[in-house]
Amino acid sequence: MSALDAMYQEVILDHAKRRSGEGLAAPAPGHGSGESHQYNPTCGDEITVRVELAPAPEGADPVVERLSWEGEGCSISMAAASVLAEAAPGMTRTELVELIGAFRDLLRSRGTVAPDEEVLGDAAAFAGVSRFVARVKCAMLGWVAAEEALDRAG
Amino acid sequence: MLPLTDPEVRALREDFPLLTGTPAVYLDSGATSQKPLAVLDAERDFYVHRNAAVHRGAHALAVEATDAYEEARRIVAGFVGGTERELVWTSNATEAINLLAYSFSNASAGRGDQEAERFRLGPGDEIVTTELEHHANLIPWQELAARTGATLRWIPVDDDGALDLGAAAEVIGERTRVVAFSHVSNVTGAITDVETLVGLARAAGALSVLDACQSVPHLPVDLPALGVDFAVFSGHKMLGPTGIGALWGRAELLDAMPPFLTGGSMITKVTMESARYLPAPTRFEAGTQRVAQAVALAEAVRYLQAIGMERVAAHEHELGQRLAAGLAELEGIRLIGPAPGAERMGLAAVDVAGVHAHDVGQVLDAAGVAVRVGHHCAQPLHRALGLTATTRASAYLYNTTEDVDRFLAELAGVRTYFRVAG
Repeated sequence: MSALDAMYQEVILDHAKRRSGEGLAAPAPGHGSGESHQYNPTCGDEITVRVELAPAPEGADPVVERLSWEGEGCSISMAAASVLAEAAPGMTRTELVELIGAFRDLLRSRGTVAPDEEVLGDAAAFAGVSRFVARVKCAMLGWVAAEEALDRAG
Repeated sequence: MLPLTDPEVRALREDFPLLTGTPAVYLDSGATSQKPLAVLDAERDFYVHRNAAVHRGAHALAVEATDAYEEARRIVAGFVGGTERELVWTSNATEAINLLAYSFSNASAGRGDQEAERFRLGPGDEIVTTELEHHANLIPWQELAARTGATLRWIPVDDDGALDLGAAAEVIGERTRVVAFSHVSNVTGAITDVETLVGLARAAGALSVLDACQSVPHLPVDLPALGVDFAVFSGHKMLGPTGIGALWGRAELLDAMPPFLTGGSMITKVTMESARYLPAPTRFEAGTQRVAQAVALAEAVRYLQAIGMERVAAHEHELGQRLAAGLAELEGIRLIGPAPGAERMGLAAVDVAGVHAHDVGQVLDAAGVAVRVGHHCAQPLHRALGLTATTRASAYLYNTTEDVDRFLAELAGVRTYFRVAG
């Protein structure tokens, strides 16, 4: 497989075309939510991500109810947001933070880290992107937004 | 004038180390050009044989270095129809525009003598630029307006990215003090009707500033004949090294302008309280200058002159038309700027339906075709076109018609790769 095809995996091209979580969803009454907008000045790509948390008892790790987003960008950035929108619901805040950390580690690895598919799921398909340093920011755009949105969600 | 033939271009290419022995198609000369060995050698030769500080020091080497530096100025000034009195070295075109904006700003703050009054701006004055400018010919004017209280206005573009000259006649008026515009758009490849805009600026008593970054490397340009007051261009886009560019200006204007950067070399008498300044161009060249780069840029000019700018222009005209015609035939490709057959430089930007420019560029890169993707430092123009990013192929004298055809062939497959076409 060429490096190009390794980046543009089937999974990525699919997600870029049939996007999950696209369109910002209004949070249900009583649910906590946070939002973040990220912009990549080198290409003009932008995204807004909203994270909605289910109500949780005081002190408990809240569970992500929904992750929705809207944005404009390349197939890599759009697919990465779509993959995250499918992965996040049902995760606790801690689990999502860990997932984002693992994704970041993978993308910063310049192709030296084999992805742990058990942890990353579909996001493991982005391993090929890590060899294209200029595209790492594209993949991270929605994930960085999610990280900040999660931080802001009460 | 006959365009260069492909065999001629292939022979030329032998002069460019980066373009020999590789199958790569380099179509990003609008961003920066490749350099012939003669230019690289000239820079090295200066350091090997003539390196010394210029305009200071009385030893023989210093004299030789100064001669080389000033000879370079004569050659580069002559290349654009000017004289050495009219050419100020800068780091690049961006710095040249900032030099103007900060000099006007300093004049507005009361610096300079009576002669500098013509550059003073304040509330009620207007600076005019255009919607298609490179950010380098927009932001310095935004900042100048903010510092002086002047108002920034602009000539809009139509849906195809062409300057609306009808609107220009309304935007440029008696309050206009400066009109800054590109000779050639780095996105559309269209050539601006300089005569009309200079006519409007003159009628309004305004100064005209020409961004000639995309014209001087590619066309015969005679700045005095164009009638502009100032013009800027960069060395690295015309076979020269990075770190060198130029401001050309009418001598009487340059001499009347207060300096931008101040310090060594640009002064006559200095006391603890104040200093007096040399006339232009030295007034604007504070500190140690880019001597080796200036010498190398002069060598680049010699290289271009040996081919002849008419032939370079004819060659690029041919490549531009081939690009436009080829792109117009591709499905799902929107050609930005002049239609096939209409005058355009050897560059073309496109929007590929359903595929982001970065994805387009990635696929082309994998096929060995280097193009620019993004907003090309012209966000307002892209916004006016309803786009955030485009894919741009920009040719130079070392590109063959085969290069253009390779680009077209690879581009034709992009929509299929991303499954937006059958």
